[in-house]
Amino acid sequence: MKRILLFSSLALTAAVFVWAQQISKEITKTGEKPVIAVPDFRGSGDAQNIIGVFNDTLYRELDTSGQVRIAPRTSYPLQVPQQPSDFRPPLNGQSQGPWLSDWSGPPVNANYLAFGYAAAQNGQFVVLGWLDDVRQANPSSAQLLGKTYLGTLDEAGARKAAEDYACDIVKQFNGTCLVGTKIYFVSDRTGHKEIWSMNYDGSEQKQFTHYGSITTFPTVSPDGTKIAFTTYPLLASSRALPQFGKQTENLGQPQIYVHSLETGRKLVYYNQHASMNAASDFMPDSRHLLIYSTAGGGYSQIYETDLDGGDLKRITHSGALDVEPKVNPKTGREIVFVSGRGGTPQIYRMNIDGTDVARLTDGEGDAGNPAWNPDGQHIAFVWTRGFEPGNYNIFIMDVASRNYEQLTHGAGRNENPSWAPDGVHLVFASKRGRTTQIYTMLADGTHVQQLTTQGNNEKPVWSKAAQ
Amino acid sequence: MSESSNLHATRGSALALTLMLVVFAVGCHKKAPAPPPPPPPPPPTTTAPPAAAPVINSFTAEPATIERGQSATLRWSISNATDMSIDQGIGAVQSQGERQVFPNASSTYTLSVRGPGGMDSRSVTVSVTTPPPPPPAAPPSTPKLSSTDLLNQQAQDAYFDFDKSDIRADANEALMKDATLLKQIFAQDPSFSVVVEGHCDERGSAEYNLALGDRRATAARDLLVQLGVPADRLKTISYGKERPQCTEATEECWQKNRRAHLSPGQ
Repeated sequence: MKRILLFSSLALTAAVFVWAQQISKEITKTGEKPVIAVPDFRGSGDAQNIIGVFNDTLYRELDTSGQVRIAPRTSYPLQVPQQPSDFRPPLNGQSQGPWLSDWSGPPVNANYLAFGYAAAQNGQFVVLGWLDDVRQANPSSAQLLGKTYLGTLDEAGARKAAEDYACDIVKQFNGTCLVGTKIYFVSDRTGHKEIWSMNYDGSEQKQFTHYGSITTFPTVSPDGTKIAFTTYPLLASSRALPQFGKQTENLGQPQIYVHSLETGRKLVYYNQHASMNAASDFMPDSRHLLIYSTAGGGYSQIYETDLDGGDLKRITHSGALDVEPKVNPKTGREIVFVSGRGGTPQIYRMNIDGTDVARLTDGEGDAGNPAWNPDGQHIAFVWTRGFEPGNYNIFIMDVASRNYEQLTHGAGRNENPSWAPDGVHLVFASKRGRTTQIYTMLADGTHVQQLTTQGNNEKPVWSKAAQ
Repeated sequence: MSESSNLHATRGSALALTLMLVVFAVGCHKKAPAPPPPPPPPPPTTTAPPAAAPVINSFTAEPATIERGQSATLRWSISNATDMSIDQGIGAVQSQGERQVFPNASSTYTLSVRGPGGMDSRSVTVSVTTPPPPPPAAPPSTPKLSSTDLLNQQAQDAYFDFDKSDIRADANEALMKDATLLKQIFAQDPSFSVVVEGHCDERGSAEYNLALGDRRATAARDLLVQLGVPADRLKTISYGKERPQCTEATEECWQKNRRAHLSPGQ
């Protein structure tokens, strides 16, 4: 009897494990990823000096894109085409030159081939790049992409050309390229928490706000033109006393500020007369904000306002703490949020009008930081399930089925996941030492990359490319 | 009868008498010679009236009582005197006058006057009182504690359980003492106000802790108001977990951070 029970529970666990893994597989399409061969490009003249940087960047961008699987280089044939005219069909079974089947057949077994060459021309780094579907019969029907990429004749130029080429390749399979996308986050490296920005790969980290107090909880509008966040304004009395330390600065109650990402300037937003106002999410039209506020009395509740704070609409009516509302980006008709109405903070869903509230997490531990995938079907969130309070891991969940999967496993405190526009990458913050830093990873938990190092960095939000 | 008619009557009588005598003399030559007429009465002599006595119409000192160091004014008015003087070193004076005097002790001033008609004198006294001694020097005063110092030194924090904003028994005690302290401070200092801060330990999410800290501050503030602290002097602010007072990952430190704290308002 015991053996049957043991076997059944093992089988059940295995089934649950496999079932859980399905979610990340759904998102990252692990099983179905196309295989691409990416042989090194060669460069003539001055292009030779920087072709290494080009090749490394191209490989890395395609590898971390999550859209393709790169065929191992050790399997590549010796004859590598540099342009479509290099292809020669075999004659009587004899090779006459590079051919498509060199790549589609064993040992490479690739579906696609990225090939081309680089040269220096008119002081510029010039790359000619193609993408072929090598399962096709002849080169002309095989060609999917053929383009010239330019850059300055230096490492930065080589990187840019590679990023642009990789971006075009990725678009063939998914339609969303991460080049040009931005991540906004909170950093305390100046001595105060301020909003900063950086590129999707961690380059060009720039300070955006200069309030000199506590500024946090950034959220970016879907159209990429506005950012909202929460600030404790410095009171006039403290500005006059610079010799006092941070702890004695006099701060006003936390309020919502909205800035234009095009001009950088502060826009008008009328805060509710309340002890606490916090910005949470823009609606899909980029013209309304979801906030949580004590405007209605003693408990934080969820509201919607216009872009300037007007037309207040109350959404929740619980006698508990409701925070972090996030609207479904595809439908705009449902909200996930965090509530303490059951005793501890858990993730709930409800309709945009506040009806049909249902709990998504099972009540164990503490849950928070929900974030919608652009597909409008999955969320990422944090949970202490299985760990002591404060030890959050990142989970993803299919909202309809409530099936979830754990992506990080106790490595530090992991918080505030945010999806990339490609719906396949996540950015998050994690304390894996003495400081908190920002990382990206694929939605299956692989390909973890650290983006920041200075000070403490947290609360990242991934925004589409600047217009 | 009037004096003049009396006089007329007297003159008429004298005339009548004289006429009778003349007639008699003329009428009687052979008779014995008439006796000589009585001599006329002597004419009335005007004697100078006797000299009037000197008069001191008034002699005053104003005010009659002074404190040492102050002055009084003597005033006098005299008639019918040729020699007039006041003692105490003042000397000769006119018949009308006044003089300021600065006696160090009670003094009597005598005005003496003399004239053909006699002499007179009068005295006034100016009383000099010593001022009361100054009060003893006040002991050096201990500087009074400002409202801010009072609050920072004596206000107690109210502590909470994890994930909770209920007021525990110990928090209730602390807030009762705080209410007494605040009522005292506000009564003495009408311009002072206080901020009730809400804090959380580092373990929950920053977003949830912002709301939880607010709830703790509100609960503490509501209890203070219930205990009689004027509501318009209290404001709340939640710092979530942004301003911990310790950073160790221990139960002790976590409890220290789960608190409502009173700080001076602006």
